[in-house]
Amino acid sequence: MQLNESHERYWQKNLNITAMLLAIWFVVTFVVAYFARELSFTFFGWPFSFWMGAQGALAIYVVIIVYYAMYMGRLDEEHGVAEEMED
Amino acid sequence: MAGLAGDSGGGNAFDAKSMSAFKSGLNRIYTFYTGGFLAFVIVLAILEQMGLSRSWIGFVFLLATIGLYAGIGIMSRTTDASEYYVAGRRVPALYNGMATGADWMSAASFIGMAGTLYLTGYGGLAFIMGWTGGYCLVALFLAPYLRKFGQFTIPDFLGARYEGNLPRTLGILAAILCSFTYVVAQIYGVGLITTRLTGVQFEIGIFLGLAGILVCSFLGGMRAVTWTQVAQYIILIVAYMIPVVWLSVKQTSVPIPQVVYGFQLEKVTEKEKALREDPKEKEVVAIFKAQADALGEKLKDVKGSLEKDRADASKKLEDLKAANAPAEQIAAAEKALSAVPKDEAEAKTAWTKAKAAAEARAKPLAGMPAHAQIYAGDPNGDQKAKDTYDTSRRNFLALIFCLMVGTAALPHILMRYYTTPSVREARASVGWSLFFIFLLYFTAPALAVLVKYEVFHVLVGTPFDKLPAWIANWSKVDPALLSVVDINKDGILQLGEMRIGGDIVVLATPEIAGLPYVISGLVAAGGLAAALSTADGLLLTIANALSHDLYYKMIDPNASTGRRVAISKALLLVVALAAAYVAAQKPADILFLVSAAFSFAAAAFFPALVLGVFWKRANKWGASLGMIAGLGVTFYYMVTTQPWLRGIFGVTSPIELWWGIQPISAGVFGVPLGFAVIIIVSLLTAAPGRDVQELVEHVRYPNLKGDTLNTQIN
Repeated sequence: MQLNESHERYWQKNLNITAMLLAIWFVVTFVVAYFARELSFTFFGWPFSFWMGAQGALAIYVVIIVYYAMYMGRLDEEHGVAEEMED
Repeated sequence: MAGLAGDSGGGNAFDAKSMSAFKSGLNRIYTFYTGGFLAFVIVLAILEQMGLSRSWIGFVFLLATIGLYAGIGIMSRTTDASEYYVAGRRVPALYNGMATGADWMSAASFIGMAGTLYLTGYGGLAFIMGWTGGYCLVALFLAPYLRKFGQFTIPDFLGARYEGNLPRTLGILAAILCSFTYVVAQIYGVGLITTRLTGVQFEIGIFLGLAGILVCSFLGGMRAVTWTQVAQYIILIVAYMIPVVWLSVKQTSVPIPQVVYGFQLEKVTEKEKALREDPKEKEVVAIFKAQADALGEKLKDVKGSLEKDRADASKKLEDLKAANAPAEQIAAAEKALSAVPKDEAEAKTAWTKAKAAAEARAKPLAGMPAHAQIYAGDPNGDQKAKDTYDTSRRNFLALIFCLMVGTAALPHILMRYYTTPSVREARASVGWSLFFIFLLYFTAPALAVLVKYEVFHVLVGTPFDKLPAWIANWSKVDPALLSVVDINKDGILQLGEMRIGGDIVVLATPEIAGLPYVISGLVAAGGLAAALSTADGLLLTIANALSHDLYYKMIDPNASTGRRVAISKALLLVVALAAAYVAAQKPADILFLVSAAFSFAAAAFFPALVLGVFWKRANKWGASLGMIAGLGVTFYYMVTTQPWLRGIFGVTSPIELWWGIQPISAGVFGVPLGFAVIIIVSLLTAAPGRDVQELVEHVRYPNLKGDTLNTQIN
């Protein structure tokens, strides 16, 4: 089995998007929590960093996963590696 | 439920048409089921109004839900390997998401988490973030690739990718280690809830629950477990939401608690300031302080104090007898005498414990931190305050890390992504899983704040004879969960006079909100569903690791499918009984064991699995040594720092924390070490062969033309 250039590009793009989403995940989790004291301005009643820990970060996690699923689904088709439904 | 029991001789060869018919069948069944369940609750509510007793409501809930799970188990019974191990690989993303949600959310999530948040405020959010953010790692690093690999278990992947039985064996050992500690905690939870619900003995409760678990996983394996978990998810989410929404309407007249509790939090924070300055609260704190000091004095001369205590108690008894006092006073004095510690060692432990308890309560706000306070200490204060702040923050971050990486490495969760029809569905399925988990997890902090508001504004300041009935009811069930004592004898409840256990917050919410008892029954049934669904998934993981990986792959590769499934079922029975036996001993520190499972899973599996997909050069020796090193250092750190484990292993050297990290987050050392060892050892030894390179390429692409490798086993 020989990988062609399109395959290599597919994997590279996958690595890029994975790294990007992981960076977002890291920021909303660890960077926000690290500076939680500094980020505790009031946000609809919550201190902002409290709200991030209780709701904001969670919602962003869901968005990260859904975006990745959609992005990769499209990438699969563009590079001809999508699964065919078997008959 | 014909769709669920549909006979597919194995194989995932579904055309699009039959798949969509299957999906719409599922939609119909579960819509019907949800409606039926709500109708059932309404009928019970009407019966309660007509005079059905509380214990009957408890029994009806217990029998109806366990009967339902058993029914699904019987309808989905199977002996086909693909059906038994991976539910025929045709679980649509949405339903796999629900099943994973139920599989994931254990008794700890359902019952314990809101309580932890109530007691610790911001600090408890580490669990909320840790147990959801881990799914990002599952989605980005593991689920799609494991689905493409497409076998049955996690050790399967280790065995194939790292060429041999050594990595596979390590995988089996680690899978059993984390899953078994976890399943013991679930069965313990099942026993606890069954006891509450019906009043039967704890041990009987355990075995009743066990019957519910077994009839399902035993008959139908993954197929039965999957469809039961979907049903269990629906029950547990309905049960969690109703009381919170009601409480929110009662307090704010807005039915969406997640949106409005920020304002309740503001009011709680204001009240906290007032309570800190309240003279009556200070009085209670001073009394506890005095108690702690008195115990401290006694501990200075254990022998003398013990003799004095004994002499005082027996003198009092004799005086009472001499004065012909009423029988109950004499009985009380006799009890007091027999409660005096027998020897010095016992006195020392008992008094140290009592001193710690009094000290814990000799603090403002009953020892709880202010709810919205972020980290202890102060970054701008003196050196000590600075250190406290840094350590507190470091531990918060370390705990999030361990819980996240642990989530992405627990075999019973990863196994679920083998059951979807395709790679594409596996990716979507992680999204659905997190969405369904999110629904409960973003409600828990709201519940904690609303209950705190109720306690601060309604309970505190109430005269003791006017306290609501639920307080007396719950103190009777278990004083460790809730106890109120008028410490300063002013006849009014102060916050410091109330001791509340975390587990009560969810269980008592219906009563706090003034809902009928049927909702309390519903909440208990929800907790039961959470514990049973997780136990099912875990038992299956252990039984499969033994029957599939150990027996079929290593001992007898020629075993027939029927024989493998039969062996798995037998092992399931043995493991379940062993776990029930351990749970019946009521082992101490069960919560610690659950958290330990996360650190173990994180250190053992995560580096080897991720590098297995993303780094072709990782080889057998790197992975094996990396797993051993990661697990080893995690285990070593826990054994030398955690008091209960130190006792078991007889460690007496002084506790040395590394960078002040608590033992619960030991994985924070194991995971990086695991990665480092795999990389270094792999580079020092020979690269893996051509077939491994092909396997890695095979799992990286959902569909490769000309790919001759076929790992899919039906």
